Amino acid sequence: MAKAEQEKTERQAWMGLLAKSSPARLAALMDKASDVPDFTWLRVPEAGGVMVRGRMGGTGAPFNLGEMTVTRCALRLESGEVGHAYVQGRDKAHAQRAALVDAMMQTDRASDLRASVLDPLEAEREAQIATRAAKAAATKVDFFTMVRGED
Amino acid sequence: MQTEALTGGFANPPIDSAAGFRAALNAMARPGKIETVSGGTAPAPVSAAAAVLLLTLCDAETPLYLAPGVDSPAMRDWGAFHIGAPLVKAEEAQFALGDWAALSPLERFRIGNAEYPDRSATLIVEMPDLSNNGAILSGPGIETTAQLSLPEVEIFRANRALFPLGLDFYFCAGERLAALPRSTKVEAA
Repeated sequence: MAKAEQEKTERQAWMGLLAKSSPARLAALMDKASDVPDFTWLRVPEAGGVMVRGRMGGTGAPFNLGEMTVTRCALRLESGEVGHAYVQGRDKAHAQRAALVDAMMQTDRASDLRASVLDPLEAEREAQIATRAAKAAATKVDFFTMVRGED
Repeated sequence: MQTEALTGGFANPPIDSAAGFRAALNAMARPGKIETVSGGTAPAPVSAAAAVLLLTLCDAETPLYLAPGVDSPAMRDWGAFHIGAPLVKAEEAQFALGDWAALSPLERFRIGNAEYPDRSATLIVEMPDLSNNGAILSGPGIETTAQLSLPEVEIFRANRALFPLGLDFYFCAGERLAALPRSTKVEAA
């Protein structure tokens, strides 16, 4: 059970990473990576909208933040692994690549793929977040009240 | 999730669902006319025609009732992946799937109300076979009379008497389907 839970979390992590990746970057990394196996479609790529909901501070009452465009697809490799993908935007080839990575991560090529595709994506994503956080931190203003002298 | 649950959707959803909808529409507009459809498959024992109807007509906003016999874990997974329709009990369903014996008694399905006669259930009935002989049909969409191998007659006469309320039926066998709207008069052959 614990193993299944852990696998689920890992898969969530790489699916999340793929969903947020940039189409051009994933395509470039996939080209460099090894050959792509044959597959059959379970669900051909289709674009649609999802409602993004948020909670103030992560704990408040949920509210609708807005709609975003997503593309989803599902495919099965010849060896039987099933890959799913939900990605930002309406790039169908991007959704296909993300689903392929998801499926191939369940085969014995996982470590290969982690090194050639997922690790670079993750590093870039973290660098991007850090840059943004640094930019935001530079504008931080600390408010404090001076002790007033009237009493 | 079993692989069986993930396969069987439309290969080209816009085209296939348009073709499926045309067949469903033609069948309902010409009661007794048998249409042939293809493109979808659901886990056994659900027929291909019923699978196409579900893929075409149902979505996340149409509560679906699976009668005993078709209500299997494989079918639930298939529905969750391809349709996303909430599964409900018979009294709340807009669509119901099953064979004739499993769907009875029909009184439990919604027949709509005077203000909204469209708030009624459409029953997708799995049939062992479908042919143009048996009960005699007449009414809107039929020039003189038509014939269809219905499972029985009395229930459809009672359903006709409820008009404009009532249930609508699709009958499926393999890749063939026919329909019987509430407006059709049914007489024994």
